[in-house]
Amino acid sequence: MTQGGFRDALRRKHRFRPVETLPAVALLAVPLLGTDYYALGTQVAISVVFALSLDLLVGYAGIVTLGHALFFGLGAYATGIASVHGWGEPLSGLLLGTAVAAASGAVLGVIVLRTAKFTLLMLTLSAVFLAGEVANKASWLTGGVDGLVGVSTWPLLGRFEFDLFGQVGYAYASAVLVLVWLGMRWLVHAPFGQSVMAIRDNPGRAAAIGVPVLARLVLVYAVSAGLAGLAGGLQAEINQFVGLKDIGFELSATVLVMLALGGAGRLYGAIIGPVAYQVAQDLLSKDNPVLWQLWLGVLIVVVVLFAPGGILGIADRITGKAARRTARRMRPQVRT
Amino acid sequence: MGTIIDIAFQSLAYASVLYLISVGLSVTLGLMGFVNLAHGVFAMAGGYLAAVAVTGAGLPWPAMLVLSPLLVAAFAALLERALFSRLYGRSELDQVLFCIGLIFVASAVTRLLFGPMLRPMPLPPALSQQMQLGPFSFYAYKLLVIGVGGLTAAAILLGLERTRIGSMVRAAVENRGMAESVGLRTSVLFTATFAFGGALGALGGMLGADLFGLNPAYAFDVLVYVQIVVAVAGLGTLRGSFLAALLIGAVQTLSAYYVPALGTAVLFLAVFLLLLVRPRGLFGRL
Repeated sequence: MTQGGFRDALRRKHRFRPVETLPAVALLAVPLLGTDYYALGTQVAISVVFALSLDLLVGYAGIVTLGHALFFGLGAYATGIASVHGWGEPLSGLLLGTAVAAASGAVLGVIVLRTAKFTLLMLTLSAVFLAGEVANKASWLTGGVDGLVGVSTWPLLGRFEFDLFGQVGYAYASAVLVLVWLGMRWLVHAPFGQSVMAIRDNPGRAAAIGVPVLARLVLVYAVSAGLAGLAGGLQAEINQFVGLKDIGFELSATVLVMLALGGAGRLYGAIIGPVAYQVAQDLLSKDNPVLWQLWLGVLIVVVVLFAPGGILGIADRITGKAARRTARRMRPQVRT
Repeated sequence: MGTIIDIAFQSLAYASVLYLISVGLSVTLGLMGFVNLAHGVFAMAGGYLAAVAVTGAGLPWPAMLVLSPLLVAAFAALLERALFSRLYGRSELDQVLFCIGLIFVASAVTRLLFGPMLRPMPLPPALSQQMQLGPFSFYAYKLLVIGVGGLTAAAILLGLERTRIGSMVRAAVENRGMAESVGLRTSVLFTATFAFGGALGALGGMLGADLFGLNPAYAFDVLVYVQIVVAVAGLGTLRGSFLAALLIGAVQTLSAYYVPALGTAVLFLAVFLLLLVRPRGLFGRL
């Protein structure tokens, strides 16, 4: 292939498709449903940001973690605690939450990424339990089991008061989501994202062609942690409350499930998964939360056994892209 | 002096339960390389079976000590054949998700059948009394728990070293391909050890009912402690899990006695640091 032809092929692979505007259309459609849906829409938008951050780690970098809520919680508590102590400006609060989570992610990444597989899983699990217990016991700072009360968020940009219907909150969360989504889209298509995927597929070969494996994984870990912290900060500002469940293992498991339902390792899997999960939960669990848990469990098992690609995997199969994908997956992958 | 004895006693009882629940997991992980986060489901099943049989059907508690593990073993074998065996060799993410799904189902079914409340486990009066041994008094039930834990550990160690099945298991852990090529049917071996692990889990779940509190989230509650035991012990070692369970029992009891303000933070911090220094656990070779 000539150099120009190669460049064109790359461009085609990464070009913006019309169908990719659908999430934005969906965001704009929520206000048409009336004020009842702002709260759900906001929660979904926050989950999507959180799931996107996890997708970067699990889907793109191939690092399975059971402790991602650690960073969500850190961001939420950082933003919330700043607000309780007199700084409730939303944008800088978000920045603070993101920075705290990203810094912790960098430190933790340097420590835990030297290990792999089961040990890595256990380290992330211990880390989230440790953080949860610290948040529980340090009640002078975090409010302990009662949660962080007294969070008050100042008007957005000094003008828009967070209203009771959640209109401003929804607009705020949507704007953040669109920015994160565009940023993630750019990141995974950039050489950085491509090199991370190269590490996921074959760390040995990636190292051999000159990718600084550990440094890059730590960077991904920090970015992912920062985005999770952003989601946490966003939730703290809009709900004006932070609780122990925001930094717990169950949230880690839930977001992993959301991502897998949509399809890990792809941008739009992290968007469609949380949407499907939370809309279904809203429809089904109002009457009986136990039945919801039962069917969710069954659904996860079925997805893992029969549709490992999640919703988007099924969509692929229907539209006939499956053949190409399996052909790519069949190529021998040597792991070191 | 009395305090030290008491702490040691409590630690031993705690460690026995941890050991019973986690030993099966250690085997599955060593044999199949499968991180069975849902192993606590068997403990929960064992506990509920016993509690329901004793209060509902009026069966004697000691009988359930045998019956409940047997039933759960059959259930585990069934699950292994039908579901778990499909996931060997799949990606870590798939295995983790599958286990989370299974825990959700188990806890939802338990809540639907038995309600969300803590389920009491009635003990025979002979066990729920204090026993005097010299100047010290012990809770009889905990003595039994320690006895069962110790005996099981001894039996497993002896069985692994001295019996034919034990050497088959060791061979399969050591090198699965080689074991198969000398004629071992490892898939049967997998099912058998999985069922055995489930049975021990059920026994531990029943005995540990008053320690963790029998409720629909039992599988989630024990998950992290059981995983910790396996991680600290290291993969592919059964002797290690006994010592790891002792260690964790001791850390947990000591920190509860002397620094209750820190809660379980001490334990998780210790585990975190240990895994950093020794990523393969204390005794792991794989």
